[in-house]
Amino acid sequence: MTEATKPDRGRLRIDEEECKGCGLCIEACPPKVIALSERMNRYGYRTALYAGSGCTGCGICFLVCPEPGAITVLRLVSPGATRAAEGAAA
Amino acid sequence: MSDQAVAEYTVARGKAKSFYPRYERKSELQHQTHFCPGCGHGNIHKMLAAAIDELGVQDRTIMIGPVGCGVFTYYYFDVGNVQAAHGRAPAVATAMRRSRPESIVISYQGDGDLSAIGSAEILHAANRGENITVIFVNNAVYSMTGGQAAPTTLLGQKSTTTPNGRSPAAGEGYPLHVSELLATLEAPVYIERVGLGDNKQIAQAARAIKRAVENQVRGLGFSLIEVLSPCPTIWKQTPVEAQHWVRDVMEKTFPLGVFCDRTKERGPQALERLAARAAQPEPALADLPRILGVAEEDLPEGHAHAIAPEQTVDMQVRIAGFGGQGVLLLGEVLAEAGLDAGLEVSWLPSYGPEMRSGTSNCHVRISREAVDSPLVSAPNVLVAMNEPSLRKFDKSVRAGGWVIYNGSEFPSDCRREGVHVLALSFTEMADAMGDKRAANMVMLGAALEIAGVLPQASVAAALRRLVKNPRWVELDERAIARGRELFKESLAAV
Repeated sequence: MTEATKPDRGRLRIDEEECKGCGLCIEACPPKVIALSERMNRYGYRTALYAGSGCTGCGICFLVCPEPGAITVLRLVSPGATRAAEGAAA
Repeated sequence: MSDQAVAEYTVARGKAKSFYPRYERKSELQHQTHFCPGCGHGNIHKMLAAAIDELGVQDRTIMIGPVGCGVFTYYYFDVGNVQAAHGRAPAVATAMRRSRPESIVISYQGDGDLSAIGSAEILHAANRGENITVIFVNNAVYSMTGGQAAPTTLLGQKSTTTPNGRSPAAGEGYPLHVSELLATLEAPVYIERVGLGDNKQIAQAARAIKRAVENQVRGLGFSLIEVLSPCPTIWKQTPVEAQHWVRDVMEKTFPLGVFCDRTKERGPQALERLAARAAQPEPALADLPRILGVAEEDLPEGHAHAIAPEQTVDMQVRIAGFGGQGVLLLGEVLAEAGLDAGLEVSWLPSYGPEMRSGTSNCHVRISREAVDSPLVSAPNVLVAMNEPSLRKFDKSVRAGGWVIYNGSEFPSDCRREGVHVLALSFTEMADAMGDKRAANMVMLGAALEIAGVLPQASVAAALRRLVKNPRWVELDERAIARGRELFKESLAAV
């Protein structure tokens, strides 16, 4: 197993309908894996877009986001256990 | 990449369950809040909802909404919601918390609401140490109404009402430091100012808000969290600029920090209070007379002296006189007697600011049916204790009605066709019986005799309830009897 293939510690789900494109999550994200979409949603906002990888699951984007459900942060279930399983398989 | 695909993820941070899944607002927009992009209210709502979730108090939380952009708490929070008049949220919260001691009451207010029109309410709720949580959202302007200056507006800050920038020299005063001010009081248990100026500040704000709710759950007392919150729309900044303005500009005027923390010393007290309350059962309705110091025999005797069911009852009595003549007491005895007889009654006093020698009058209605209005605009009995009172109301008496006038000479110009008059110097009568102050009761006796509805037993019971001094009860009973006689004598003389 190499570093590059390790699963990310976190993932993001962004609700394009709820996001108002204020950009606070983009400013806040430590690994800078969020950007504004090129496309506008049907309310005329360019919304936050997850780059697809690199999320650490820290959750700060959730706290700085003013919308209750626009961002959902997911975390890898017990990454230690996964690594141990990978080690056993190798 | 195949590892990514099989890796398992769970939700670490998501929409709190204390929010409704959809909001009952404009049909097109029920999936998002009404707040502008980048508004701090949304963050604070999320922090509160998370705290309610984590503390497991959703089912017993009552949110008191303010006036301002934060008004719609009831759209979003799936908890009990009350919306208070501008600035009055702490008063409403006090009532909710005291009448429902098991509830968790959160007063959510902006700076226009809390620090301007509601400055009295917050000061006294804090000073009483009410066991409530107050979230004070400070964005230094009145946002909802378009950006007028608030007490919290920074020096030099432009607003629609301080177009040149707020200036003490122009008579516009200084920014009001609510947290510092309230921290000078002895009662509050926790006061902290936090900001939404950057990641670190926001994380601290979430901790502080949770703590403020937790203090209430633990019964510690009054907690207030002031949150410096961005308003990109009124500040005319982008959301990111507004966030930084909180940290770089606002915080200079409103330093962050804990201004008061008595959680440690109040902990044992709160436990004692809870234990004492648990040991002392809620007062039962039956205990009320004892608590209020009312003897059992003083209680209304229900329908003990109920009148015959076939008798129609419609007494509309207006009693008028100078303050101090016993006008209101006369009406009260009448109404209480009606109550004792199992009738519907109303008693409505109407008097000026003078306790003595001002004019005073009251409306009494006694009826078999529910009383539709306590106002008596066309009385069938007018009790006038002096000439000015007679002249004020004599024309309102309905045909077939009676005027009982305290004076042996009834003014001739007040005589009207179809209206009966009993004019006697009741004051002299009462004086002869021992005290001229009993004139009202002599007149009451006459009124009772005219109406012929209420049993004397009900009148006596009412009198005993309302008059504490036994000597006066005795005199009043004689005075009422005298009044009844006087009326009968006047009929015989005709």
